[in-house]
Amino acid sequence: MMTWRKWAAAGMVCTSVCASAQDHAVPAFKTLDSMEARVQGCVTCHGQSGQGTSNGYFPRIAGKPAGYLFNQLVAFRDGTRRYAPMNYLVAYLPDPYLKEMAEHFAKQNPPFATQESAAVDATILARGQQLASTGDVKKGVPACISCHGASLNGMSPGIPGLVGLRSSYVAAQLTRWRVGERHAMEPDCMKRVASRLDDTDIAAVSAWLARQPAPKDPAPESSNLVRMPFACGSQR
Amino acid sequence: MGKVTRIVLGLGAAAVVAAGVFYLSLPGLLPASKDGKAPDATTQVITTGEYLARAGDCVACHTHPGGREFAGGRAMPTPFGNLYVPNITPDEETGIGAWTAEDFYRMMHTGVSRDGTLLYPAMPFASYTKVTRADSDAIYAYLMSVPPVKQKNRPHELRFPYNQRELLVGWRTLYFKQGEFTPDPAQTEQWNRGAYLVQGLGHCAMCHTAVNALGGSSEAKAFEGGMIPNQNWYAPSLTSNREAGLGNWSLKDIHDLLQTGVSHRSTVYGPMAEVTYNSLQYMSDEDVEAMAVYLKALPQRDSEPPPTSQARLVSPNVMELGRRTYEKQCAVCHGDEGKGYPPSLPPLAGNQSITMASPVNSIRMVLNGGYPPGTKKNPRPHGMPPFSHILNDDEAAAVVTYIRVAWDNSGTPVEPRQVNELRKLLPE
Repeated sequence: MMTWRKWAAAGMVCTSVCASAQDHAVPAFKTLDSMEARVQGCVTCHGQSGQGTSNGYFPRIAGKPAGYLFNQLVAFRDGTRRYAPMNYLVAYLPDPYLKEMAEHFAKQNPPFATQESAAVDATILARGQQLASTGDVKKGVPACISCHGASLNGMSPGIPGLVGLRSSYVAAQLTRWRVGERHAMEPDCMKRVASRLDDTDIAAVSAWLARQPAPKDPAPESSNLVRMPFACGSQR
Repeated sequence: MGKVTRIVLGLGAAAVVAAGVFYLSLPGLLPASKDGKAPDATTQVITTGEYLARAGDCVACHTHPGGREFAGGRAMPTPFGNLYVPNITPDEETGIGAWTAEDFYRMMHTGVSRDGTLLYPAMPFASYTKVTRADSDAIYAYLMSVPPVKQKNRPHELRFPYNQRELLVGWRTLYFKQGEFTPDPAQTEQWNRGAYLVQGLGHCAMCHTAVNALGGSSEAKAFEGGMIPNQNWYAPSLTSNREAGLGNWSLKDIHDLLQTGVSHRSTVYGPMAEVTYNSLQYMSDEDVEAMAVYLKALPQRDSEPPPTSQARLVSPNVMELGRRTYEKQCAVCHGDEGKGYPPSLPPLAGNQSITMASPVNSIRMVLNGGYPPGTKKNPRPHGMPPFSHILNDDEAAAVVTYIRVAWDNSGTPVEPRQVNELRKLLPE
């Protein structure tokens, strides 16, 4: 195994400016033959530990259930989830390697980004909280927490955590689901939820989620099929 | 089962058996099975056909991403509009189930479909014409053995006048030379095997020979490199030591690059990663070695002079910006001196794909990053991240300029404008 002199150099650069999230997005690693070195292809967007970066709306992937991350990597590779930069990067990577990448990032536990704090109308936040915590019975929308976990850290094996994501990212994903651009495995429970939300609902729940503080215990909940309101293909 | 179906099946089976007998009569082609018992002739032909279909990379175009294998439907964008690749599963109605081995060979050899229509040259029949009858029959036998999929072919969406198939008569006169591969007796058996694979099933010339405005390529310019239409990657010349000419490569590095996707000299990305992933990684060591021998021996045309010192002038400010950017973002993987950590992380110093006249591939790599293909011999490749959101046009141009001229590299500077043009394209 090779130990990297460059790592020390990168570390020294880091001491002065490490507070900015951007520097967690500069390539760096200790050992060539390691997963850390192999996933450097991810770091300029998702950060060294998968914490996300302040640039654009690249999501936090650290600590999301490995099954969820694997499903996304396969979907990007096969083109069933569309985002050209990701489709290109993973186009020729085999399943076992994608699984290993997913497990690598599922194990990471970097600090959460500061929650969003831009002024949002109180009634909008209240609506967001309602959708997340209790849902909307009239619209047939279950609460986010009923699948994404009481502390919104996700549920193994296939449901992602929702804390630590920017509102722009969450809103974009919900909208894509609603218009049929993003799918999950059938039965696609998220499609049933998203198609019952209107633009105001999506803005409200995205804004509320982005303001939630970092959870004390970031681990996803264990699988609990009995309690879920809809059947979800990704939980099988 | 209808009478016609039975006759067709009967003929198909007869063809398979005939091909099998032909194969058995060829010495040295049949791998001995481990337990000493040879599989039956049909199985052998189908297995050979599967291997040859891999060598021809049929699956890459004839399978829609995420769709059923060989069922077609994949859009192939061309400068003349979209082509939709046909279903080649043995479904009788929508695939090639009603074809005979003769029909299949005629299509491979002459570019004429079973019903007499002329194929568009997106189907590489200009290369496949070199495939032997026996190999064509084996591929046919294999395709007949895959699960039939009922999926109607989607009509092409070509603009006028390219949607007029009669025009293909002219195209064929200009650019198509029919004829099976004839071995060169002056060369070794290994060289001839390599030449057969590269010129025939491998259809390497489809990308590595420049394509003109009519979608044709000239044999005189074979393997001299060119932009790949609609993919916006540059397929380097295989005959110039200033590009991807392999004259000064070791056979092992050529072999590794083709089959594993990485080597001590260079790494495959983009369209070539697809070729290694779907085709070359499955080829036998003997065949890859033969291709390497042939490619290394291609005549080198080093007639073009290296760029003049005038053309290589870089402003000190650009050089300094490039150096600083390189130190911060690139050196950790590619090393202070550009030597990389091959084969995991490619070298940039002395890497022909960095210094060749077209900077397109280097710029694209900086903007979009890339993973080499995950192959049997390199299942967990190291990847490069995208920098399009981190470096502006000036910085990206400066860093590409830097790697093209530093460490005795003999490239020329690139302009921010060139970065900007490629930035507008989606990564692919």
